[in-house]
Amino acid sequence: MTTTTTLMPYDEALERYEPVLGLETHVELGTASKMFCGCATTFGAAPNTQVCPVCLALPGALPVANEKAIESTIRIGLALNCSIASWCRFARKNYFYPDMPKNYQISQYDEPLCTDGYLDVEVDGTVVRVGIERVHLEEDTGKSTHVGGATGRIHGADYSIVDYNRAGIPLVEIVTKPIEGADRLAPEVARAYVTELRELMRALGVSDVRMEEGSLRCDVNVSLMPRGSSEWGTRTETKNVNSLRSVERAVRHEIERQAAILSEGGRIVQETRHFHEDTGTTTSGRSKEEAQDYRYFPEPDLVPIAPDPAWVAELKAALPELPSVRRKRLQQEWGVSDLDMQAMHNADAIDLVEATVAAGAPPADARKWWMGELARRANEAAVPLSDLRITPDQVARVCALVASGALNDKLARQVLEGVLEGEGTPDEVVASRGLQIVNDEGELSRIIDEVLAANADAADKVRGGKIAAVGALVGGVMKASRGKADAARARELILEKLGVSA
Amino acid sequence: MSAITRDEVAHLARLSRLALSDEELDHYATQLDVIIGSVARVSEVAAEDVPPSSHALPLTNVFRPDEVRPCLTPEQALSGAPAVEDQRFRVPRILGEEA
Repeated sequence: MTTTTTLMPYDEALERYEPVLGLETHVELGTASKMFCGCATTFGAAPNTQVCPVCLALPGALPVANEKAIESTIRIGLALNCSIASWCRFARKNYFYPDMPKNYQISQYDEPLCTDGYLDVEVDGTVVRVGIERVHLEEDTGKSTHVGGATGRIHGADYSIVDYNRAGIPLVEIVTKPIEGADRLAPEVARAYVTELRELMRALGVSDVRMEEGSLRCDVNVSLMPRGSSEWGTRTETKNVNSLRSVERAVRHEIERQAAILSEGGRIVQETRHFHEDTGTTTSGRSKEEAQDYRYFPEPDLVPIAPDPAWVAELKAALPELPSVRRKRLQQEWGVSDLDMQAMHNADAIDLVEATVAAGAPPADARKWWMGELARRANEAAVPLSDLRITPDQVARVCALVASGALNDKLARQVLEGVLEGEGTPDEVVASRGLQIVNDEGELSRIIDEVLAANADAADKVRGGKIAAVGALVGGVMKASRGKADAARARELILEKLGVSA
Repeated sequence: MSAITRDEVAHLARLSRLALSDEELDHYATQLDVIIGSVARVSEVAAEDVPPSSHALPLTNVFRPDEVRPCLTPEQALSGAPAVEDQRFRVPRILGEEA
């Protein structure tokens, strides 16, 4: 574990090698009950409170497939332009880890429910079509905690303790075809793919796709081939990639690491690697067991699935507006540029801006706050925008307060800050922090008189016709009022007092 | 000619984490060979018009509605566990130190 990893600078690595990517994404479906039993699926429940004889594999208990999960998987397949199998079976994947009490996981093997589709993603204004190899349905595993040992990892632990609440939650695995030709944009393509997939799941309403809670997990396969070669290199599979940013970093890191090994005449070991969020690096995990070691065979406890074509057609007709189509529509409605739309997409701000607009804010204002002050705050706190402690309704309220003249932008920023710090609603923050524009004309007039007296030179210039000099005076008023004055009104009053018409 | 080799039996034993002695490997290899041979005879009976099947019943699409049913209590769930810690099933070390 102490061996240092040599990296080749990214640009040099790309000059010499061409990356090939593959992404395996697991999505926990948001069904009320588990895949093969009626246990609840609530996240964060006390250990082993959502288990029954079926998901604990007690003798004699038999699974029955959850219809909603089958339906959701077919809808995912349709949204990914896949063919839906007319007949397929579940299969047992045998392995000895105790995260499944049956000693096997019910999955699908050579007969996935959906095959051969694609998802278009946009990177730097270019559309990249990512092929989908397959979409299949399986059950999630229990959660093991490894006790003892230095690292908290499975290796070298003294023993493990297992919570089976998650065991049996329906899990959809989506596997891409090898992605070639992404070239130096490979990390961005990987990220854009997972982003688009996540939005698609959200639009379909099949999962809450929260990466930090593990309801969307991504394994990243990377291999390199020397420029001019057409033979793919050996790939590694990086697991534990739990944020969009990590997807991008993991690909980049693997490219730099593998290039360094290959350039020194070394060879890549086919293995599972673990991604480390803190350092952005990967380390070797267990070497990958061969597929045949899982001894897959058709699950005898579950009968085959043969989706009625009429049902599939009905599901297809009822698919919601897909995210890429929705983005185009919103872009038109909001009248923003490709670049701005892309920036909102990258920042995961589109839903938030849309909800803010729905709450009554003009699109430009909604975008300004989410992409400006709020994005900055989220960035500082290193959290996603959607995790900020402010709702679209509250942002819309701030927009309304600015539009009505009750707040200016500077005060609005302070209101946002107050809301984010848990001081209450925008109106409560305005009241408790005393953030009202000074619209008491008497008070404003008094401040202006002070400022004019203190800046006699500037005042004389304005009197003499140099209207531009009024800016400094307005600035003085804003400063004296600690930002609470209405700048436009202050300007009018100053010009009036100096006997100049603007 | 054997249907299964001694090496294959050793491989299966490793996957199942069973520590078998040399004598046991020989013993099981012979027995498994007989079992595989017996099962293979079934396929001799199957004619061209009998498709391979994994299920005895001609059923498809047996589903249940997505409804939550009562679970066991954690006490019930853990009652058969040889060891319990933190309301979780405690299991022996899974893997040794990294090779």
